[in-house]
Amino acid sequence: MNPDASTIAAGAPIEVDLTPIASGQDIKVFWRGKPIYIMNRTKKQVDEARAVPVSSLPDPATDQSRVKEGHDQWLVVIGICTHLGCIPIAHEGNYDGFFCPCHGSQYDSSGRIRQGPAPANLAVPPYQFVSDSKIQIG
Amino acid sequence: MSGPTDYQPTNPALKWIERRLPILGLMHSSFVAYPTPRNLNYWWTFGAILSLMLGLQIVTGVILAMHYTPEATMAFRSVESIVRDVNYGWLLRNMHASGASMFFFAVYVHMFRGLYYGSYKEPREVLWILGVIIYLLMMATGFMGYVLPWGQMSFWGATVITNLFSAIPYVGDSIVTLLWGGYSVGNPTLNRFFSLHYLLPFLIAGVVVLHVWALHVAGQNNPAGVEAKTEKDTVPFTPYATIKDAFGVSCFLLLYAWFIFYMPNYLGDADNYIPANPGVTPAHIVPEWYYLPFYAILRSIPNKLAGVTAMFSAIIVLVFLPWLDTAKTRSSKYRPLAKQFFWIFVVVCLLLGYLGAQPPEGIYVIAGRILTVCYFSYFLILLPLLSRIEKPRPVPNSIADDVLAKYGSKSASLVIALAVAGTLFAGSAQNARAEEQDTPPSQKWSFAGPFGKYDRGALQRGLKIYKEVCSNCHALSYIAFRNLADPGGPGYSTAQVTALASEYKIKDGPNDQGDMFDRPGRPADYFPPPFANDQAARAANGGGLPPDLSLITKARSYERGFPWFIFDFFSQFQEQGPNYVVGILGGYQKKPADVTLPEGTYYNKYFPGHAIKMPQPLTNGQVTFDDGSPATLEQYTKDIATFLMWAAEPQMEARKRLGLEVFVFLIIFAGLMYFTKKKVWADAH
Repeated sequence: MNPDASTIAAGAPIEVDLTPIASGQDIKVFWRGKPIYIMNRTKKQVDEARAVPVSSLPDPATDQSRVKEGHDQWLVVIGICTHLGCIPIAHEGNYDGFFCPCHGSQYDSSGRIRQGPAPANLAVPPYQFVSDSKIQIG
Repeated sequence: MSGPTDYQPTNPALKWIERRLPILGLMHSSFVAYPTPRNLNYWWTFGAILSLMLGLQIVTGVILAMHYTPEATMAFRSVESIVRDVNYGWLLRNMHASGASMFFFAVYVHMFRGLYYGSYKEPREVLWILGVIIYLLMMATGFMGYVLPWGQMSFWGATVITNLFSAIPYVGDSIVTLLWGGYSVGNPTLNRFFSLHYLLPFLIAGVVVLHVWALHVAGQNNPAGVEAKTEKDTVPFTPYATIKDAFGVSCFLLLYAWFIFYMPNYLGDADNYIPANPGVTPAHIVPEWYYLPFYAILRSIPNKLAGVTAMFSAIIVLVFLPWLDTAKTRSSKYRPLAKQFFWIFVVVCLLLGYLGAQPPEGIYVIAGRILTVCYFSYFLILLPLLSRIEKPRPVPNSIADDVLAKYGSKSASLVIALAVAGTLFAGSAQNARAEEQDTPPSQKWSFAGPFGKYDRGALQRGLKIYKEVCSNCHALSYIAFRNLADPGGPGYSTAQVTALASEYKIKDGPNDQGDMFDRPGRPADYFPPPFANDQAARAANGGGLPPDLSLITKARSYERGFPWFIFDFFSQFQEQGPNYVVGILGGYQKKPADVTLPEGTYYNKYFPGHAIKMPQPLTNGQVTFDDGSPATLEQYTKDIATFLMWAAEPQMEARKRLGLEVFVFLIIFAGLMYFTKKKVWADAH
């Protein structure tokens, strides 16, 4: 009763071209039925994320650990609130990150939970940079 | 089995069967000769009501399953096909959906009866635990059933509830993957939920057999809580209990019929008339009403695992009731303190239910936490405490004595508890959700009320408006041309429909060369959509997706607030959708100075958030009518809303007509049952 072969095959890795995404913009792609935000963060967003003292976070994690080295402006997170599964809205909330309309959880520009009932940061899916302008998710 | 087994059939055929499989004797001793306490009140009819509801759900469910398609791209449409095209499909669907709510209503009454009269006490502990098992199976069945129409609430409710299991340490994520059959709620999930939803009711039926067996071993409890001792205490089940149950059932059926025929969507959520969209989460995810108290308990605890544990514990705690409440006196009738706290507990449950539907903000969160503590305290602290310290009143010597005596005291605290509940309701009514939406004014509709009918002229004018204006961007894909000739609709003749259909170009094929081609429409065809797919629709409309209008008047609603939503149930008010459509179409106004609109949007008074992507579609003089009706915006909005209400509910007139017949029948039937019951019981009291 575990996922069958066709479902697993449909969940094979996908490639996403990053060139159409300008600085400050984000897109949403679907992979394995889950929405994935790919955000081209502005310098301001990156600096804000890195300035936060990690120990003050409900789910401590450095911004560096959530992005790929040398591609620091790119944030790739699964757009599913870790509380009860709604899709948070990008570029909303007090931290210039994500805001979940269901129960009010707020994530920052690194996708980390800052306030609200969600217990964990937005999950980072497995991905790697195939080239500077292309990533493979999965 | 308990009960006298003196049944000997005289008919030789029956004798033949009886000797080989004594089923007739079993039926006789269980449901004819079975000694029933003489003093049972009407709270005891709910067992029979529940058996009836299980049977009805299974019968309607099996027939619905013959027409339903459990596949993600086809499920929603197949349900609409049942409602529109299957003979009495609308009746089957309404019976099954309302039946689930009635099933839960009856089970809650049944459980509260058990709580009040101590029906869980020795020797009925196993009977009670079997009941809790049935209740759990019912909750699973109801949850999976709600997912099957694959509307927005079906999908997102499934997402939220299946995600709960990820809270379980170690095995949580594996369990969730097993439930999903994939990486998220999707088609495999729908398929397996359909399979299990078909299976579980038969498991319920099996446990019900055990439940009735356990009941018959111990005999029924009764309002005095005193066991039957002599023959004077009991009457044979048939005809005494049978006729009383029949009367109880017929009253219950009246309430059931009210939902089926007149308020089918009252307990549902408008969002479930929107097909499931994994990319869009509804603003408020609310489970069906029968889960609300547990949803409130889940959300009051800020920790994920603790919340899930609390929610399940709220049900599991019932299993331990016989060992938490060890008071010797069974019935709360003779336990003055327990009686008061019971009614307070009922109010706690009702308030938790109310909170489960509110957004988890502000005072609702605090109230939820307090009430969750109250809920658990009742079982874990109060009842054990009362077992030790309460001095009960003396119970009657026997059931026969109880029947002869008179009891009148009403609990004073019930009044207090209800007053407390009332003030909390009223208080929170002021604290209403901060919605960025003005409520549209209520219009007068010809189809409202128990005798409502569609205004044929309005339907025909509405069709004209749709064809000339709306169809440029909006599809109407659930309406076929033939529907325009159906009774209860715009009332065109088949010739007119054939002519209208032939004006349309319908894509068909492939032909023998393998190419798709256009051909003139036929009555069996559906209104063709203006765009080939959603992406084309968005490209032509500045990124916005004009929704299909077939169900729009059922897919849109607004809060009526307290106390209106209670009055609405009796006045049959359910016209939020058409009021909303009129509001939107007439609600374009000059943007107030302090409001910034996103680019490409227009200010609309009644659109949630006030920024609508659709430019004003209708203006005075845009459409002219042959019947001389005024060519005004006001006329257009009424007519198009009437037409769209018909598009969403083409069977409404048939539904109300049959409803009237059923109601007349049930009222006469209930009356007959009542007088027969009185006659049968005349010598027993």
